[in-house]
Amino acid sequence: MSISEKDVLRVAHLARIRVSSDELGDYQEGLSGILSLVEQMHDCDTDGVEPMAHPQDIQLRLREDQVTEPDQRDAMQESAPQVDEGLYLVPRVIE
Amino acid sequence: MLHEHSLTALRDMLRRREISSTELTRHCLDRIAQHKNLNAFVTVDESGAMSAAAAADEQLARGEADLLTGVPIAHKDIFCTRGILTTCGSKMLENFVSPYDATVVERFHQAGSVTVGKTNMDEFAMGSSNETSFFGSVRNPWDPNRVPGGSSGGSAAAVAACLVAGATGTDTGGSIRQPAAFCGLTGLKPSYGRVSRYGMIAFASSLDQGGPITRNAEDAALMLQCMAGFDPRDSTSINAPTPDMTTLLGTEVRGLRLGLPKEFFDTSVDGEVLEKVRESLAVLERLGATLVDVSLPNSAAGIPCYYVIAPAEASSNLSRFDGVRFGHRSEHAEELVDLYENSRAEGFGEEVKRRILIGTYALSAGYYDAYYLKAQKIRRVIAQDFETAFEQCDVIVGPTSPTTAFPLGAKTQDPVAMYLNDIFTNTVNLAGLPGLSVPCGFDTAGLPVGLQLIGKFMDEASLLSTAHQLQQETDWHQRMPEGC
Repeated sequence: MSISEKDVLRVAHLARIRVSSDELGDYQEGLSGILSLVEQMHDCDTDGVEPMAHPQDIQLRLREDQVTEPDQRDAMQESAPQVDEGLYLVPRVIE
Repeated sequence: MLHEHSLTALRDMLRRREISSTELTRHCLDRIAQHKNLNAFVTVDESGAMSAAAAADEQLARGEADLLTGVPIAHKDIFCTRGILTTCGSKMLENFVSPYDATVVERFHQAGSVTVGKTNMDEFAMGSSNETSFFGSVRNPWDPNRVPGGSSGGSAAAVAACLVAGATGTDTGGSIRQPAAFCGLTGLKPSYGRVSRYGMIAFASSLDQGGPITRNAEDAALMLQCMAGFDPRDSTSINAPTPDMTTLLGTEVRGLRLGLPKEFFDTSVDGEVLEKVRESLAVLERLGATLVDVSLPNSAAGIPCYYVIAPAEASSNLSRFDGVRFGHRSEHAEELVDLYENSRAEGFGEEVKRRILIGTYALSAGYYDAYYLKAQKIRRVIAQDFETAFEQCDVIVGPTSPTTAFPLGAKTQDPVAMYLNDIFTNTVNLAGLPGLSVPCGFDTAGLPVGLQLIGKFMDEASLLSTAHQLQQETDWHQRMPEGC
């Protein structure tokens, strides 16, 4: 199974990872190798089997809708690359 | 020498005040400095460790010992630690200091242990050789030209070289058990939900689980005792009491049924590895265990299934690294989309990017059913295989890894060859079961071989007691690498 250059670029954009033209061949080869491995899944008969999203089919707990954590905005934003007055700064967005 | 003692022995010596934590911690820090060539640590927290040791000594002087008061340990650099770096082996988090402690870190802190530093690891825990770390490869103390295994390679190298008596690790597809096997150690991946994942940087959330890497099963039981237990901050944490692991160690193996899956004993496994595994099983048989042939017929589908599920979950988890809230931010960005794409391209290494891309592909429109849904169905088939096998046995046994430690660089150019290392370990994560690797001999090159024990859900006790009983009869776990 091989993946086209176009597919690598499509997936790279979906994943928001810049792939330069000189890296494209390597990714194409690497991803094709992994997809060939993954294709072996189709040797396994799963007719009528329910998908298992979580080991042991564990259900996630719900909790009361109450505030349990204190406001730590300043502490959390200490690790942010750029903030101003409690807001995260990003380059301008052009659509 | 002080560093040759087990974690449990050191804990007891501290309690009896035969040694001080200050003396022991100093000794560990000196050894870490002497063994810098192993590259086992990303961060060494000398001042934090020495002040924690002084506090522990005061506590011990008052006769108020907690579970691990004064014992130096190390944490894999995937566990968030307030005040010191948490890099996850990545350039993305090269300068990241977490505002909070992981629950596991907090529990060790409450138990009185001294954190000497953070151990090296494959970037975002993606790797089986510790060669994907942004901070460089870790070397195997048994042969510095070989890998220590991964992704918890720094923790394994640190314990094998007796820099610390115990370290934490995490295991998504074998990342505790395989490095434990490669370094001659005891490594336990607990049942999914046994140990809190709060503050443990997520790779694949339905597979990740933290656990101990130590020199023997008694120490692993002690560390698990400290780590395990319900945590309301982790929505997947299981609210079940933790049995007293250390007292259960004495359970005899007489009458225990050990299942040997024929798929784990085939020709794909190195002959010497199989020989050592069979020899250790003969020891357990002599102690009264019975060996039963079982089958895990779909285990071959485990690797392809895992390499859809783990990357798919990773692609989602790692979307949080966007250059905005924390982590690496590109200096080359005119627009927001450039900021995302360039920050991620610069901050992530090649293997991480490959896995994010594969995961994104598997989840993308038009491919979801063929890949992700198919993998989730196989996951159930694999879990059912284990259930069926456990009707005939109490513990499943086999090799941890098909080979012993391989040379540095041997598999870096071939991702698929690297993935095949996890062939006996990753089905255990898919099913959420506990798994343990215990040393069972050495090959002719002098490299350690690991025996894997797989248990029923939440039955870590049988794994630890079986390993402990084996360690009463063998001395593989007491061997130390030359020059350490």
